[in-house]
Amino acid sequence: MNCTKIDSKWIVYFDGKASPSERREVEAHLASCSACRRRAEEYRAMWDLLDELPQILPSPSFDAAVRARAAAEARRGRWAWLVPSPRLAFAMSMLLVLSVWIASRPVAPNPATTSSAAAELNGEADFRMINDLQVLENYDVVSNFDALSDLPAQSGGASQPSAQPPSDM
Amino acid sequence: MARSDVQLMLEVKAGDEASFELLLRKYRTPLVNFLYRIVRDQGTAEDLAQEVFLRVYRARLEYAPSAKFTTWMFRIATNLALNALRDGRHRQQEISMDQQAVHSDEAASPWEVADRRPGVEHELIQRDRAVFIRRAIAQLPEKQRAAVLLHKYQELDYDEIARILECSESALKSLLFRAYESLRVQLAPLVGQSAAVGETGELGR
Repeated sequence: MNCTKIDSKWIVYFDGKASPSERREVEAHLASCSACRRRAEEYRAMWDLLDELPQILPSPSFDAAVRARAAAEARRGRWAWLVPSPRLAFAMSMLLVLSVWIASRPVAPNPATTSSAAAELNGEADFRMINDLQVLENYDVVSNFDALSDLPAQSGGASQPSAQPPSDM
Repeated sequence: MARSDVQLMLEVKAGDEASFELLLRKYRTPLVNFLYRIVRDQGTAEDLAQEVFLRVYRARLEYAPSAKFTTWMFRIATNLALNALRDGRHRQQEISMDQQAVHSDEAASPWEVADRRPGVEHELIQRDRAVFIRRAIAQLPEKQRAAVLLHKYQELDYDEIARILECSESALKSLLFRAYESLRVQLAPLVGQSAAVGETGELGR
């Protein structure tokens, strides 16, 4: 047997956990190999050196810290059924905010409505009109557009589509 | 008759806080030491040890003893420690090692040798040696380090350590062999030194 072969039995041998045949094999080899004998001596010395490593003690507040953290867990646990996870809670609250925001938004103009009155009579149209001030300034041009004569007069609040008589702007 | 860890844990499951206290008292020192020898900072080691106990406590209602309690506990500890190493937290705090006061034998920096009275010199040498040994262990690759600590200091069985490290028993024995070979070489200077300062007993047999 060569030196590397007892490597696989080294740990169990020095732990005293080798089988009888393994033990015999290792001891027979050690008896005949001075290099491995030296290695075995060094191993035992290393083993004892490792025993010199001092133990440290947990700080005096250790137990209290564990108890505090465990108690905090227990308290959070009472509400756990409401809030299964922080991520879920966040997602749900964002969804709520989003729904409220969507519901509060004014209705966008819908070309499918029978009359464009409803579409025009809302804040957004007003806003767009302000944006189109340049057009309005060219009143002469605008007032000669035939299509515009079909538009109803602007007034606030009416939500019912109704055929309003065209009027000059 | 003393209750086994599994029995204690089942009692914690049933709501018995005193049993949790017993487990805490039994394992806080081994856990803190195991973690300290991996992450090399006492503050981090204590923080991680608290986290281990917290996770044990948290899992109490679902606890079903399928493995030894120590296997379960040290697996949590090993995973936390290896994650902490990867997070690099220990690197920032290694400088504070020399400032560790009350609870570490490495309180003073090894090269602070102003006081050379006989007893003090011996103490300093002991402290130097401890630092040397700690550093040799710290130089091992993480898994080898964990294997040595669980094998040498926790004295766990091969199958338990293999389960903790999630490898086969033969892989574990191979890990241990390589680790101890490294340590044998690294610690060789200390072997000569201990003979020189006249310490008896250890090398005599």
